[in-house]
Amino acid sequence: MSRTFLGMPPFPKAAEAAVADAQLRHNLHRATRTIRRTRGRAVAEVDDWEALRAAGAAIKDRTLRHLDRYLEQLEEAVTAAGGHVHWAVDAAEANAVVTELVRATGHREVVKVKSMATQEIGLNEALAEAGITAYETDLAELIVQLAEDRPSHILVPAIHRNRAEIREIFLRAMADWGRPAPADLTDDPRALAEAARRHLRERFLTAKVAVSGANFAVAETGTLVVLESEGNGRMCLTLPETLISVVGIEKLVPTWRDLEVFLRLLPRSSTGERMNPYTSMWTGVAPGDGPREFHLVLLDNGRTDVLADAVGRQTLRCIRCSACLNVCPVYERAGGHAYGSVYPGPIGAILTPQLRGTASEADAALPYASSLCGACFEVCPVAIDIPEVLVHLRERVVEQGGRPGERALLAAASWTLGDERRLAWAQRAAGAVRSLVPRRLPLGPAAAWTDTRDLPEIPAEPFRDWWARREKEDGR
Amino acid sequence: MRIALFVTCVNDTLFPRTGQAVVRLLERLGHEVVFPAGQTCCGQMHYNTGYRRDAQRLAVRFVETFADHDVVLAPSGSCAAMVRDNYPRLAPAGSRLGRAAAEVAPRVLDLSELLVDVLGVTDVGAYFPHRVAYHPTCHGMRLLGLGDRPLRLLRAVRGLELVELPDAEECCGFGGTFAVKNPAVSAAMGWDKARNAAATGAEVLCAVDNSCLMHIGGVLRRQRSGMRVMHLAEILASTEKEAVR
Repeated sequence: MSRTFLGMPPFPKAAEAAVADAQLRHNLHRATRTIRRTRGRAVAEVDDWEALRAAGAAIKDRTLRHLDRYLEQLEEAVTAAGGHVHWAVDAAEANAVVTELVRATGHREVVKVKSMATQEIGLNEALAEAGITAYETDLAELIVQLAEDRPSHILVPAIHRNRAEIREIFLRAMADWGRPAPADLTDDPRALAEAARRHLRERFLTAKVAVSGANFAVAETGTLVVLESEGNGRMCLTLPETLISVVGIEKLVPTWRDLEVFLRLLPRSSTGERMNPYTSMWTGVAPGDGPREFHLVLLDNGRTDVLADAVGRQTLRCIRCSACLNVCPVYERAGGHAYGSVYPGPIGAILTPQLRGTASEADAALPYASSLCGACFEVCPVAIDIPEVLVHLRERVVEQGGRPGERALLAAASWTLGDERRLAWAQRAAGAVRSLVPRRLPLGPAAAWTDTRDLPEIPAEPFRDWWARREKEDGR
Repeated sequence: MRIALFVTCVNDTLFPRTGQAVVRLLERLGHEVVFPAGQTCCGQMHYNTGYRRDAQRLAVRFVETFADHDVVLAPSGSCAAMVRDNYPRLAPAGSRLGRAAAEVAPRVLDLSELLVDVLGVTDVGAYFPHRVAYHPTCHGMRLLGLGDRPLRLLRAVRGLELVELPDAEECCGFGGTFAVKNPAVSAAMGWDKARNAAATGAEVLCAVDNSCLMHIGGVLRRQRSGMRVMHLAEILASTEKEAVR
């Protein structure tokens, strides 16, 4: 079973350890750079990218404004097509619904299509408690599951691993879960993929129940859409008898025309491909074709609270493309685990504290896990102003009390800067002790600076004093 | 032209040379510089750290101080961006601050915008016989959209050899209080930036924001790298006359 993020230290501490991990730094540097370049090329090809991006944002905003109506429309359409719709207010409810549905089939094993929603609610762990084994079938999710690891990226959950490590994981753990890896396995990507293919093929052919998420749900027809690159998802979506899809309520698009925009935005933003390799779409059940039973679990789990926040609600536009992770200099150095959530990177830094709240130290640290450089906003295909939401959430953290030491320091700064005479006085006071300031300071934020950087020299005369002196000398 | 200088609290307190360079440069070009004495800080640090009310108070002070000036120069990309990009967000809808910010904000310019767009010069008559790499700081690049304005100004400087900085558009890791709230990641980013800068073989790393340069420069000095950081204004203010004096 994959480990959960419970008990992770707050971001600054977790990131400190990650920054010191040479292998991790190397793997992430390589992987994010490659994918960044590929995305850049794919996006540059599209002349009307900015218009497409604006359309994506507008469609999502419109959908969110009338979400209640579209959700009911979706429910009606899915039901009319022979599917069953369940509503889950939180993770516990969603897990209970899925567990009960699997139990009712009489089977104790499920195959899984890569899904962020089921990661978010900890479905695999909940199923395990009920004696049901969930098998991840996405290659990267399989790597994470075999290694008893945690995902560190939305699209490429095993991005923190290189191929040598993956070979070792396959050799060590595949046999515990099913068909073992061949003893002469090399770290050639093709050999690794072949070993995974043979391991997973047995699962696909025996599984009776599948669990998926969905990238989109089209309200007008009740159609669910999954985009993936491997075809493993399609195996899960078509071979088993029962299909259960757990889908966040923000995944809706009103019509097929709207869907078209996202089918262009998503592949170029996420994998840097012009078109997605496997796009599976299904509407309820079709006799003689695919699953005989289909259940849709619509998940809230904090989303309506996000929707209620005028600044934060743009977060719900997210289509989980990961472009913001791949371009983020903080993510590249801290890695995904440091964010303590299945949603890492810039989008995680705004989504997690909205879904989970900012009460815990770890969640309150997330909005600060950014230098506000804005690279994420620049690449976001649905134009989520991530820096704006980060600052908004920082305000929330401060309103609930913040950190006492920081509060005192910023209050002092605010008082000093509140009046030019006080500022001038502080400048002269600093100038008076300028030769006494040591190169390294022992405590707090000063130490955090001087541990790795020299301090600038304090000038003998601040600008405003120089200006006043000049005015006087000029006799102005 | 009469130009009001918003020197910024960081330049005022720690980098007066940049403010002095701005004054020297603009006077050399035949313009008048005024320094409204009531100015302190744009409030960026408080805003970006989540202290909205403190930031609002500083914003009120800023718009009052600069209300009567037609052109305001802020020789810091992120401070100019704070006023232009964030003041509208900071002000409650329909508030006095909102109206004042809408008036003042568009008149606040970065040095490269003032020179290229308003004064219409790219060759400011500067002389700086050194190898220089330019780091486009995030807020200047992404919020102000400075584009190649600083590079055009640098290319016109006599004697200056401009070299390309690898991964130039990646953040240096300063990020205001980010530098001390997340020191490990901030330092990792800063050291990578310094490594890229050093790889160019340049003597000087130039930018339009001294807060970023304080961070990168702090790393370079700690490394005893032999490379120095300079604000764009200081390079543009340098002349041959001063050099041979």
